[in-house]
Amino acid sequence: MDIGTLRGLITAALFIAFLALVFWAYSKRRKADFDKLARMPLEDDPPAKDSGSKTP
Amino acid sequence: MTATHYNDKVVRQFAIMTVVWGIVGMLVGVLIAAQLLWPDLLPPYSFLSYARLRPLHTNAVIFAFGGSALFATSYYIVQRTCHVRLFLDKLAAFTFWGWQLVILSAAITLPLGITTSKEYAELEWPIDILIAIVWVAYAVVFFGTLALRKVKHIYVANWFFAAYIITIAVLHITNSLAMPVSLTKSYSVYPGVVDAMVQWWYGHNAVGFFLTAAFLGMMYYFVPKQAGRPVYSYRLSVVHFWALISTYMWAGPHHLHYTTLPDWAQSLGMVFSLILLAPSWGGMINGIMTLSGAWHKLRTDPILKFMIVSLSFYGMSTFEGPMMSIKTVNSLSHYTDWTIGHVHSGALGWVAMISIGTMYALIPKLFGREQMYSVKLIDVHFWTTTIGVVLYITSMWIAGVMQGLMWRATNADGTLTYAFIESIKSTYPYYAVRLAGGTLVFAGMLLMAWNVWKTIAARTTTADSPVVQPA
Repeated sequence: MDIGTLRGLITAALFIAFLALVFWAYSKRRKADFDKLARMPLEDDPPAKDSGSKTP
Repeated sequence: MTATHYNDKVVRQFAIMTVVWGIVGMLVGVLIAAQLLWPDLLPPYSFLSYARLRPLHTNAVIFAFGGSALFATSYYIVQRTCHVRLFLDKLAAFTFWGWQLVILSAAITLPLGITTSKEYAELEWPIDILIAIVWVAYAVVFFGTLALRKVKHIYVANWFFAAYIITIAVLHITNSLAMPVSLTKSYSVYPGVVDAMVQWWYGHNAVGFFLTAAFLGMMYYFVPKQAGRPVYSYRLSVVHFWALISTYMWAGPHHLHYTTLPDWAQSLGMVFSLILLAPSWGGMINGIMTLSGAWHKLRTDPILKFMIVSLSFYGMSTFEGPMMSIKTVNSLSHYTDWTIGHVHSGALGWVAMISIGTMYALIPKLFGREQMYSVKLIDVHFWTTTIGVVLYITSMWIAGVMQGLMWRATNADGTLTYAFIESIKSTYPYYAVRLAGGTLVFAGMLLMAWNVWKTIAARTTTADSPVVQPA
């Protein structure tokens, strides 16, 4: 296989990997997990010193 | 043995130095802006000449101000989102003192004219080796902390910081490979146009990873925190992270349009730069939309104003960048002050404003205060900065387009319509407006220093805060 074909195949493989990532990220199965993870910055305050930033 | 407290000392040190280096770097910026208006302001042909001070300005604002802000926030965020103390306290302390030594070395060698002459990589080989050592130590501290984390998931901000730390190591070491001929002089190992390509592969990825990915990491923690809202779309953050880091790698050749770089490489750089619009705007949209449901907070919280306006400037400059990478647009914009306007739209509008907003949110927490000494003063700082940046970039846009048009204008017989000096003469009024804008931004930093000073003076604690158990 010449180097040009190899490069083409690598590009195609990366593109497919990216599409797979998009489908994975946007699948319904991931939604509940992602919604929880989106709150990570809000859930690391010490409980006593919470300044009310945990609105709904 | 598990530590019960976070390492906040190193965060405090870097946070304070962020303000200090911000003032120093921007003061030098104001000086060189004044030198363009009044060339004899400072003794020419000395260590205070424009050519000596300009790299001092860029290094100070990018690596000293921006770098300190990134060290502070990455150390703060990785501990909070991993629920664990920083890995190896002594090594973390070494990164602080090592980085300050790098900055000090730059502040001494650059005015002396000791330089590799590679833009944003001017520092000579002994300092380059020190940077590499500090950076590897930074990687050990950061990834060591990630490895010790008490939660399964690695929060998206840490992904951005991780990409930035790895990439900057690769970029810095590759671009700095050189053959020393003395303690203060070395020559790049790359010949001719290869050297130029390696340099701008480094240069544009310094923009992409140092000034973008890392500050997005800062944004992904502090914007949700300040807004009290979850990240707008976590899945968008995952997708635009991978798209951003894989695309930025290829955009460098747009700095070398119409040079001896092979034409195909120029076109490749242009196409990847255009594609970059999508992942860049993914980050902007995600940041701004995180405010949905909390828009009213913009009315009362100047810290949020800093953050949201910084994201707006990020969106503007990442639209402008791809446009300027189009070869036909670039033939007008390149080598003009339009480029300077574009850079400052990103560097002042995005990087400085998100850092300033974040520091106003972070510093009170680090010193046991509810908020900064004066919230009113934050608001004043917000307006001086915003007006200053707008004056800066609009004057440079106009100056740049004017210069490009004057340089390309030809008479019917093919001779140039304008001598170069005529374009400089016509630029003077815009240099004055730029100086006014820059001075406003600098004045804002002085307000910040006063506000930070008073906040720290009223501190209730400098103890490390306890590690919070994950929910």
